[in-house]
Amino acid sequence: MPAAIKLTEVVKNFGEVAAVTGVNLEIRHGEFFTMLGPSGSGKTTVLRMIAGFELPTSGRIEIDGIDVSKTPPFDRNVNTVFQDYALFPHMSVIENIEYGLKVKKVNKSERLERAHKALDRVKLNGFDGRKPGQLSGGQRQRVALARALVNEPKVLLLDEPLGALDLKLRHEMQLELKEIQKAVGITFIFVTHDQEEALTMSDRIAVFNNGNIVQIGSAKEIYENPNSQFVAEFVGISNLIHRDGKVFSVRPEKIKLGSGLGQVHKANVIGISFLGPLTRVEARLQNQDLLTLMLINDGVEQLPKVGEEIEISWDSQFQVK
Amino acid sequence: MSNDIVNLISTKDISRNKKTRSGKERAFLGGRYVALIFLTFFAISPIYIMVVNSFKGITSVSQSGAWGFPTHLNFAAWPPVWDNLKGSMARTLFFVVQSSIISAIIGSINGYVFAKWRFRGSNFIFTTFLFGMFIPYQAIMIPLTQFNHAVGLTGSIYVLVFAHVVYGIPICTLIFRNYYAAIPTEIIEAGRVDGAGMVKIFRTIILPLSAPAFVVVLIWQFTSAWNDFLFAIFLTGGSPKLSVATTALNFITGSGNQVYYGNNMTASLIVSIPTLVVYMFLGRYFLRGLLSGSLKG
Repeated sequence: MPAAIKLTEVVKNFGEVAAVTGVNLEIRHGEFFTMLGPSGSGKTTVLRMIAGFELPTSGRIEIDGIDVSKTPPFDRNVNTVFQDYALFPHMSVIENIEYGLKVKKVNKSERLERAHKALDRVKLNGFDGRKPGQLSGGQRQRVALARALVNEPKVLLLDEPLGALDLKLRHEMQLELKEIQKAVGITFIFVTHDQEEALTMSDRIAVFNNGNIVQIGSAKEIYENPNSQFVAEFVGISNLIHRDGKVFSVRPEKIKLGSGLGQVHKANVIGISFLGPLTRVEARLQNQDLLTLMLINDGVEQLPKVGEEIEISWDSQFQVK
Repeated sequence: MSNDIVNLISTKDISRNKKTRSGKERAFLGGRYVALIFLTFFAISPIYIMVVNSFKGITSVSQSGAWGFPTHLNFAAWPPVWDNLKGSMARTLFFVVQSSIISAIIGSINGYVFAKWRFRGSNFIFTTFLFGMFIPYQAIMIPLTQFNHAVGLTGSIYVLVFAHVVYGIPICTLIFRNYYAAIPTEIIEAGRVDGAGMVKIFRTIILPLSAPAFVVVLIWQFTSAWNDFLFAIFLTGGSPKLSVATTALNFITGSGNQVYYGNNMTASLIVSIPTLVVYMFLGRYFLRGLLSGSLKG
């Protein structure tokens, strides 16, 4: 069975600017795949090329084993959920959702049935007649999702779809998107610059930087074994430590108070923040490296105070070069 | 979209009004009001003169008494003037409405392509379109007359439809292009993903969102075509009664040595009623359309 999406040496230049520099990528069927990266890293351009809004300067894009490099958007069996929803403001919710079916000349009864099913899927029953202007941001996002799903695409592309929502709603939608993806069983390709969002939702993540992918892997792989300083710093918090002329990184939660885990380091506590379940401790090593530690507020461990000198250690297997 | 902007502006005004002002600011504000009231009187005075004198009968209007109110309402000037003008009023309405609608439709199609379907050289072509706005009527009088003669349009009312449509295309294109530029491209892309092509997107998505721009363009075209005198006089050749502007002038100047101000004022008033009506009914949409970015550069 061919990959849902396969990119081979895909390059995209905008005039002099190289936006994407030879991306190779295979996305499996039914996968929740996230493209993560800072703005300008090329992730959205790759998504837009998969969607068909941009044509690659060179390289090959396959959907289900078929070369679509030059195919227009509507012939690709993909659909897109846009960041700003892009609902048609003069149409009601149901008209928005059935638009694609209407264009494809699906008959009215089937159209309505499918539109209502999609509306049901995103839990917006009873909102048929509303106009987008009468909906909240979260509801608009759901309509946008329903509008894409109703066309039964093989692959759904989501371009930072939760970017405009507030934090709480965003967490809710993250879980719901994941549920919907499981229920419909199609491939989701999700673009975000929010590493937490990527870790929460994805089966696999591709981390982008400077127009190419620097690492692909599961959330756990990316977090625990970043293959570069860039990934270590971009995904989660990382402490950069200089020792014996080398640089490596250690995650904050891997560093423990006391000498139990390996080589002991002395550090001065310069700041303490209470975060609820965790306490964040900022400390400076004797070589002036700044460190962040995350200590669990379990009442067992004695928390240090600002100005205090502490001993810390970590298991060397968590050192990442 | 346009509503949002209007709301934004009005809430801004409200918040500004709530602020307390110093004496200096208040004096400045007062000065501004005085200036505005003066300018308003200045702008309204010709209309005032027109209205009061049209009700003084045909002969009882004198230059010295022009500012005064009529002693009693005298409608004597209205029936003969109306009889004289109604034919050309109807003809003018006919070509003005046609040319406004046609140039609005062409302008919206052009604006859509220039705003959302850029092609190689589209900026250059758009610039040449705009260039058309700056060609004065006078410069093309002779070639246009010859062209009309060649295609056999001379003397027909369609010569005016044609001229106003052609002259209206640049401004209509500009207004629509700027209006459409404010519509997010994502909406077009959403249409494309769903399988709609360029024409279908225009018909089902863009056109229904275009009402504010259409109002602006229609008012603009209506007024300029209605008020036009030059095209009307030189393009219609031997039929001066074709357009109301030329007929009214004929009427006003053609009465020998004696000047009947009562008639003249009544004629002017009747001729300006259609544009006043258009503004009255569509004026607020006009403002909204302007605010929603349709005329921003």
